[in-house]
Amino acid sequence: MVQAIVFLPLLGAILAGLIAIVGAHGRNPSGDTVEHHDDHGHGDAHASAAHDGDGHDDHAHDDHGHGPVEPAAAGSRGAELITTALLFVSAALSWMTLVDVGFMHHDARIQVMPWIFSGDLQVWWALRVDTLTAVMLVVVTTVSSLVHLYSIGYMDEDPYRPRFFGYLSLFTFAMLMLVTADNLVQLFFGWEGVGLASYLLIGFWYQKPSANAAAIKAFVVNRVGDFGFALGIFAIFALVGSTDFETIFHAAPGLTGKTVNFLGWHADALTLTCLLLFMGAMGKSAQFLLHTWLPDAMEGPTPVSALIHAATMVTAGVFMVARLSPLFELAPTAQAVVMFFGATTAFFAATVGLVQNDIKRIVAYSTCSQLGYMFVAMGAGAYSVGMFHLFTHAFFKALLFLGSGSVIYAMHHEQDIRNMGGLWRKIPYTYVVMVVGTLALTGFPLTAGYFSKDAIIESAYASHNPFAVYGFLMTVVAAGLTSFYSWRLIFKTFHGEPHDEHHYEAAHEAPLWILIPIGVLAVGSIVAGFPFKELFAGHGVEEFFRESVKMNPHIIEEMHHIPETIAFLPTVMMVLGFLVSYLFYIRRPYLPVELAKTQPMLYQFLLNKWYFDELYDVIFVRPAKWIGYQLWKKGDGFIIDGFGPDGVSARVLDITRNVVKIQTGYLYHYAFAMLIGAAGLITWFMFGFGGQ
Amino acid sequence: MTTWPILSVTTFLPLVGALIVYLSRGDDEAAKRNSRWIALWTTLITFAVSVILVMRFDPTVADFQFVEKANWLATGITYHMGVDGISLPFVILTTALMPFCIIASWTAIQSRVREYMMAFLILETLMIGTFSALDLLLFYLFFEGGLIPMFLIIGVWGGPRRVYASFKFFLYTLLGSVLMLLAIMALYWNGGTTDIPTLMHTAVPRSLQTWAWLAFFASFAVKMPMWPVHTWLPDAHVEAPTAGSVILAAILLKMGGYGFLRFSLPMFPLASHDFAPLIFTLSTIAIIYTSLVALMQEDMKKLIAYSSVAHMGFVTMGIFAGTMQGVAGGVFQMISHGIVSGALFLCVGVVYDRMHTREIAAYGGLVNRMPLYALTFMVFTMANVGLPGTSGFVGEFMTLVGTFKVSIPTAFFASFGVILSACYALWLYRKVVFGALVKPSLMSVKDLTLRECVTLFPLIALTILFGFYPKPVLDMSAASVQQLVNNYNTAVTAVKAAALLQ
Repeated sequence: MVQAIVFLPLLGAILAGLIAIVGAHGRNPSGDTVEHHDDHGHGDAHASAAHDGDGHDDHAHDDHGHGPVEPAAAGSRGAELITTALLFVSAALSWMTLVDVGFMHHDARIQVMPWIFSGDLQVWWALRVDTLTAVMLVVVTTVSSLVHLYSIGYMDEDPYRPRFFGYLSLFTFAMLMLVTADNLVQLFFGWEGVGLASYLLIGFWYQKPSANAAAIKAFVVNRVGDFGFALGIFAIFALVGSTDFETIFHAAPGLTGKTVNFLGWHADALTLTCLLLFMGAMGKSAQFLLHTWLPDAMEGPTPVSALIHAATMVTAGVFMVARLSPLFELAPTAQAVVMFFGATTAFFAATVGLVQNDIKRIVAYSTCSQLGYMFVAMGAGAYSVGMFHLFTHAFFKALLFLGSGSVIYAMHHEQDIRNMGGLWRKIPYTYVVMVVGTLALTGFPLTAGYFSKDAIIESAYASHNPFAVYGFLMTVVAAGLTSFYSWRLIFKTFHGEPHDEHHYEAAHEAPLWILIPIGVLAVGSIVAGFPFKELFAGHGVEEFFRESVKMNPHIIEEMHHIPETIAFLPTVMMVLGFLVSYLFYIRRPYLPVELAKTQPMLYQFLLNKWYFDELYDVIFVRPAKWIGYQLWKKGDGFIIDGFGPDGVSARVLDITRNVVKIQTGYLYHYAFAMLIGAAGLITWFMFGFGGQ
Repeated sequence: MTTWPILSVTTFLPLVGALIVYLSRGDDEAAKRNSRWIALWTTLITFAVSVILVMRFDPTVADFQFVEKANWLATGITYHMGVDGISLPFVILTTALMPFCIIASWTAIQSRVREYMMAFLILETLMIGTFSALDLLLFYLFFEGGLIPMFLIIGVWGGPRRVYASFKFFLYTLLGSVLMLLAIMALYWNGGTTDIPTLMHTAVPRSLQTWAWLAFFASFAVKMPMWPVHTWLPDAHVEAPTAGSVILAAILLKMGGYGFLRFSLPMFPLASHDFAPLIFTLSTIAIIYTSLVALMQEDMKKLIAYSSVAHMGFVTMGIFAGTMQGVAGGVFQMISHGIVSGALFLCVGVVYDRMHTREIAAYGGLVNRMPLYALTFMVFTMANVGLPGTSGFVGEFMTLVGTFKVSIPTAFFASFGVILSACYALWLYRKVVFGALVKPSLMSVKDLTLRECVTLFPLIALTILFGFYPKPVLDMSAASVQQLVNNYNTAVTAVKAAALLQ
């Protein structure tokens, strides 16, 4: 069953990929000559197509790169239906697995194939299913299948749909390999595999320069995190001699107190390892300092943002920490770092989200902030609570993205909320589901987000982490900010007066392909909370998760004994955020403008995302290019070649010329003398050793 | 076990092919076609014979197999051939890639086709000989002999600066080999033989170890090439014809790494241990330095050439880590790099044949007209980046794992290559393949032909196969690598123990 869940999407990806490549090959003939006369007409037709696509791109906030310039690729519908159907099968099986594993306790470990075998390094391709994995399986396949369905409607004008669906399914496969990994190397495989899929999907509209740039940025920033992740794997292997989870977890308690000399720093072995691994999580989950790629990733099609950059891939970091909880539980320093970064991200991203104007970027910063929440729970040792938020967040954040997509679709690819307004009359269905998503995100009582988010804030308060107070305060403040920017989005998009009459008049509700998935997710955003509360954040944790995560033993108990006032605080903040937002954008719409004018520094600071992109450009990108150029021209060209081959040959020529000029005729004598000398030297050398 | 000298047959078959090409005189179209077909069939048959080698090879035995021995020059200098798990993969790599090189040159080479094919066939003999020679002098002949056809391939069929490039290549490599010859003589004097298996079990005095190690190092470091003697490689690659670049990157560079494995580590373990920090330093410098330089290149071939230097840095680092994963990873990385970099040069050749420029800025948006090419190039770009699931990952991962156990700083700094490789490789891909197709010169460019698909698709299959299932290569070399590592560690610990006793 697990094999089917994991490999059906791969099958879909391969089939869709074949359809895509065969179709693309059919449209573009082979040939190794360039100037064929009879081919000019065809070439020109394509040229104009490319130009059209390019002209279209100038429209800055255009979600779609191509207009309906080219006819759809052959087999588009086939590719769509195959991949979507396979994903739905996979999703159905995943829910069965969750029941089977979570309640029947049928954990499984299946070895598929040997991978890297060398000495004591023995890495298998294996599938591991325990409750933690089963939860992720459900999240990934459910959201993925809904996104597949949604994309059939959303991408209906795109000529390259087979390729798109192939990428989507490939992503799902890589993500499933990630969550079913039984060792760190396979986890890394899935990790980089989703990175590849993310790169391909962000750059799906490859004619857009901004999409290409964003794709590369996403890959490279993730690689920075993977740099740490890889070193973490090496460290574990050096310490334990294995990369299998079981072996590592058994050996972990024996590693406490060991130190490693890491670049002159005598680090505690477990702390160091956990920090290195966490660096990978920071990259993938867009945590503070390594977050810069996530907002840019919104260049990709909206379904991609929903699936990869909200519900699944970006939560891989959270999953990784939960998976490695037996290690993190033994490294309190690392846990402190996790909580610090989580809390900082939760706050930082929320502040940036306050002032953004691109509907997708607001939701993207919100994602970043919510991921910070999950890490706060991880730092508190309440892994199941973090997983709970991951679970509920997948529903309401995918909903918000897909709902935004529906808005964008209705507005003909307009993404700037300043150009929207009053849309609730035109697209009431979308409006309703977006409000549901917002309620869940802001933690309105009894919605899914309410249970999971409050639990995180409680766990931060209850934990004994050095950053517990910091984590608590930041998440509480961020709860208020979240409420503010979420309602701001709703008010500016759906309420008030339309700002762009032309688009407003043309706005219309999306087709059923789009409405059904967001409806399902809206239901999920409400019901995913309460029934699962006990399993993830109550007394059922022990029974449900069992060995799959190693919780801080007291955290759940202590969470239930915090003061009443503290427990109400997030709800108070949520209401406060709503009221301020209501005041700003419904009652007194001039207030935010004035505020921005009176505080230009702060406004610019937030609008420019704390200037991280500019900062990184100055301290990393440009120096790297400058150094590269200098090394090439000065290092290779001037020093090595100059004093090496070029210099030597030039000097030899000079000397020869001079010598020849002054002492013609003696040159051969010198050469002969040198030869004799060399021969003598060799002879001495050999006899010298021969005599020993 | 075998009744016929299978290894010699593999080695000298291409030479026979070269002879046949030589005998079929003429310079008209028919003669050109003939020499192409003869060369192709020769390489294919050679490959077929080498497959027999693989089938009869016993991977559980660490020692040399298919051994042939015949009297040659003097006592102690014999014609001695044989392969073990370390050399066999390189033999197969050579025989497997040669047909692709011939096919890749099918239409690109139009002048002096006969001589070109002869040069390639002779080169093949010399390369296989290098990997299967078990006598130092024989090895030296093959090793250095390979210079000549390569020198000619670059110098005759190369680009505009071919004379400069070929001389630079020749001088650099020759300088190293003169020193190696001295060391070979010294070893002969010390052991009374040039027989490699015998020498492996002959203790070499420590002082001689140091000097001999340095002499061999001079030669292999240039071949590898290691920083700072790498500057011949970008020039040679840029000027060489496509197939020449493929052979250069895929096989000639591996001779350096093979040399380290065959001579430096087993014969001079103490010196290797002493000099390991030097190698680590040079390797990490190579990885970071050349990756940064690659970032700024304007010529596609130069960029790939610099990335080759960086990847070879992983190999040297892994080899001198002296751990099982490091050495096995080094071998695997070389095989993988042979496939991937060879394929990348073929990819450059595809567009070079169409547009006659390698300048990155001259391209852009090829995906719009060349989807098959875009897919192919993407696979190899990702393999170059070291994405798990491609062969590039396995080698990088194993060498780094193996090195981490020995030297954390080395593994740490070398891992920066993981980030930088993504930067330059994706940048190249974006500039060449992605984007809108707006350059007028590219408007009528067409996708891969059947001939090009035949050269590239098998390499895609191998790259992905070895990414998911590297076992065939790893198993083939495991026993020999294990023995090598054991001997090395025994020698090193013995000396350490002796030092403690004093």
